[in-house]
Amino acid sequence: MTQTQKNYAIEASDLNLYYGETLAVRDINVQIEKQKITAMIGPSGCGKSTMLRAFNRMNDLIPSAHTTGSVFYHGKNIYDEDVDPVEVRRRIGMVFQKPNPFPKSIFDNVAWGAKINGYLGNMAELVEESLRGAALWDEVKDKLDKSGLSLSGGQQQRLCIARTIAVKPDIILMDEPASALDPIATLKIEDLMQELAKDFTIIVVTHNMQQAARVSDFTAFFNLDGGHAGVLEEYGITAEIFTNPKKKSTEDYITGRFG
Amino acid sequence: MTQIQKKEGFADNLLQRHRLGNFWSRLFQISTGVGIIALIALLLNITNSAFGYVATENKVDPETLAINGIPLEQLHPIDLTYILEQNVSAGFFRVQNNEYPFEERTREEIYDLVIERVVEPEAVSTWSLFDSLIHKDEIEAKASEKYPNAELSFQSWINGNFLISPQSADPERAGVRTAVLGSLWVVTITLLFAFPTGVGAAIYLEEYAGDLWINRLIQTNINNLAGVPSIIYGILGLAIFVRGLEPITSGAFLGTVDPTTANGRTILSAGLTLGLLILPLIIINAQEAIRAVPGSLRQASFGLGATKWQTIWHHVLPNAIPGILTGTILAISRALGETAPLVVVGASTFITFDPTSPFSKFTTLPIQIYQWTSRPQDEFRNIAAAAIIVLLIILLSLNGIAVFLRNQYSNKI
Amino acid sequence: MQSSQSIDLRKKRRWGETLIQASLFVAGAFSILTTVGIVYELGKESMSFFSQVSLWEFFTGTNWNPQIGQFGIWALLNATLMTTLIAMLVALPIGLSIALYLSEYATHKARQTLKPILEVLAGIPTVVYGYFALTFMTPLLRSIFGEGVVDIYNTASAGIVIGILIIPMVSSMSEDALSAVPRALREAAYGLGATKLETAVKVVLPAAVSGIMAAFIISISRAIGETMIVAVAAGAGSNFTFNPFEAAETMTGHIVRISGGDLSYDSIDYNSIFAIGLTLFFMTLSLNVISQRIVRKYREVYE
Repeated sequence: MTQTQKNYAIEASDLNLYYGETLAVRDINVQIEKQKITAMIGPSGCGKSTMLRAFNRMNDLIPSAHTTGSVFYHGKNIYDEDVDPVEVRRRIGMVFQKPNPFPKSIFDNVAWGAKINGYLGNMAELVEESLRGAALWDEVKDKLDKSGLSLSGGQQQRLCIARTIAVKPDIILMDEPASALDPIATLKIEDLMQELAKDFTIIVVTHNMQQAARVSDFTAFFNLDGGHAGVLEEYGITAEIFTNPKKKSTEDYITGRFG
Repeated sequence: MTQIQKKEGFADNLLQRHRLGNFWSRLFQISTGVGIIALIALLLNITNSAFGYVATENKVDPETLAINGIPLEQLHPIDLTYILEQNVSAGFFRVQNNEYPFEERTREEIYDLVIERVVEPEAVSTWSLFDSLIHKDEIEAKASEKYPNAELSFQSWINGNFLISPQSADPERAGVRTAVLGSLWVVTITLLFAFPTGVGAAIYLEEYAGDLWINRLIQTNINNLAGVPSIIYGILGLAIFVRGLEPITSGAFLGTVDPTTANGRTILSAGLTLGLLILPLIIINAQEAIRAVPGSLRQASFGLGATKWQTIWHHVLPNAIPGILTGTILAISRALGETAPLVVVGASTFITFDPTSPFSKFTTLPIQIYQWTSRPQDEFRNIAAAAIIVLLIILLSLNGIAVFLRNQYSNKI
Repeated sequence: MQSSQSIDLRKKRRWGETLIQASLFVAGAFSILTTVGIVYELGKESMSFFSQVSLWEFFTGTNWNPQIGQFGIWALLNATLMTTLIAMLVALPIGLSIALYLSEYATHKARQTLKPILEVLAGIPTVVYGYFALTFMTPLLRSIFGEGVVDIYNTASAGIVIGILIIPMVSSMSEDALSAVPRALREAAYGLGATKLETAVKVVLPAAVSGIMAAFIISISRAIGETMIVAVAAGAGSNFTFNPFEAAETMTGHIVRISGGDLSYDSIDYNSIFAIGLTLFFMTLSLNVISQRIVRKYREVYE
């Protein structure tokens, strides 16, 4: 049984993910480095999103989903019986593919998560800090009481990022965060990711290989195993994966021969 | 220019097919017309009975009661009291004075009593609105011929007095006050019971219930209950609330029993019975409203580390409330119009006092309409129509609020 | 950074959540209580009734005269079936036509004006319809067919008005079924050169048939359970007759009349309410269940 070592933010060990009887993801062993950006790439349907959601037990919300294996976080397997998924999710935040701000004011959007988790400090300061951290403060500081839905798509996504960091997680999971946005907004998100990595560990699923190459420090390449289950084909430093991949399938995917 | 070739092997039937199509299309339109005509007929029928000429005969001509040339309407209370004393039985006068001394009464109150007890106007004949407008002259001729002592006046049966007077055996003096108050009391109890229970059940079924057999049973059960005739709920209410839970519903356990007849036929029983009736409607509607809240909102909330109830309370419910409210208002307006279950539960046939507590005897507006409609005299038809107009106005306002709410909130998000 | 636990991920006992979940479950279970209550009470008192009146007499007798001890349900059931039949003759054709018109022919504006009118019709309380039946429909029938033919209280007038009451139900459920048929099906038909009528009746209608049948069955169930219209307009006193112009009391009308009067618990009259109610309950429940089955079994798979 592997113990979490000092530099790993989170670690998957012999992880298998099932939907009912169907095996979706198989034999995952990966260690995610702290305060670095790890990208997960691979063709559609190979279980990247499922894997991402396994990190914060979001899969629990699907009745037929279950796992074998472990995910170690701060020395504990988060899939143990006595672990509270609610607590896990506060510490491992998530940004979704399609921006989903609450139909509340901008201020309330950011404050809500912190409030229900019992934040004791000054809320206004926290909101400003989080909006600054999401590179949104200057654009919204005069309209904090406006609805979150009144912002543009790119702004909404940054709002979602702001509310995620307001609850002070140590890991942020991002599920194709820019795929629903225009190119300019996408660039802003990518810059933001690199800023955020100074304080948080980022794991991002992306279809966009250029994005992965630009932004991430480490890359995990997922692929289908010939059947319907996804496996981790290759994992390593981004520069190496993209210039000198060890496996042929990795090279084929990166050069666009499939996927 | 080339002619389009007729297709080989196909019959040339286009014209007939179009004709057939037009014929049936007309038929469908006419059917729709029938529906509209039925509604118009219904509304006209009611309006027709609610207004019209009335020939009123006075038992005692008010002019004969004038004192020193001063007409009745302008007399001083003391004079009015004197007239009253002269013209009614001593016993009645004494009882009235004991109950509510004449010195304390206002002039209007004594005047009303004089009119009621001494002048005693009686409607000897009424005409519908249609008649009154079209055949005015004939009516005047007929009235002066058949009822020489009667005064002919155009009356709206729905008027201020009608709204505030309690029930009475006389159609001229009867009003809907008792009935309207009864309806309000009953519906309040219904709401207090059915709304939390219904919304709670809906939240459970949509957010917590897994695919267990018992949850599917509950769901099927609710769908079936929505189709049960309302009179069955009345029978159920009779057996359980009126009879079975009599100590509770009659107020005996609180010691506030109505001394006339201590039994369970009270507002509480009625309210609970109607509550059971509209419970399935509220549940089904609330379920739909909750289901309409997008899943992405829930995901976002969970992703921030919120618990299930926090997600429901802070996100799902606030977004489902407009839909829930609209449906609840519609269910309430359904409850307001229900008659059969309450007749079975035991609405009182004749009460003149206002309800004072959930343990009072009661009557409701639809029941009042039912009773007045069942009486043979024409005048009761008129006031039944007037009461129907009151009921329809209440229901229309409620439905209007519901539609307004629906439009208001569908624009918001 | 330590490798040992510096954070606590253990499950917290969230009492509030458990309590809330439990109370919500109770709310949901309430509906089961209602059904249990209905079946229990109806059953219990009916047992009492059937200890005094034989099942055979109840279900085959055609005379209902409690004063002389006759309890044949057919007297009342017959009147119920007659009013229902007349109501269906009115509501089904008109309702279906309206549905076809709204879904296949009507312009957007027409639909916007018509649908609220239908909603208003549906929202009028049944006692008001009863008034309408007594003060408008009966005189109308009497002037058409003659006062000697049509009694003041009769089942025809009640039946027709019940039909009018049910039109919105039939039309809205049928229209939902018709609208659910995908556009692609209609476009295929038009593309082959079909007229509007042919598309509506030969393509859309058959595709929606399960929903429409369900609508029909539910409305029959509704007509059977209707009370106030018959109580006001159909007459008091049971009468086994096939003449719709005569007065005849239905099952529901009888229950209302009996319970409106002086009723002593445990009298045979009191118990008879429950026996009739039980019969009514089973009839409507069976119809509702059948309609659900039909929807499930014959639901068209469109793609």
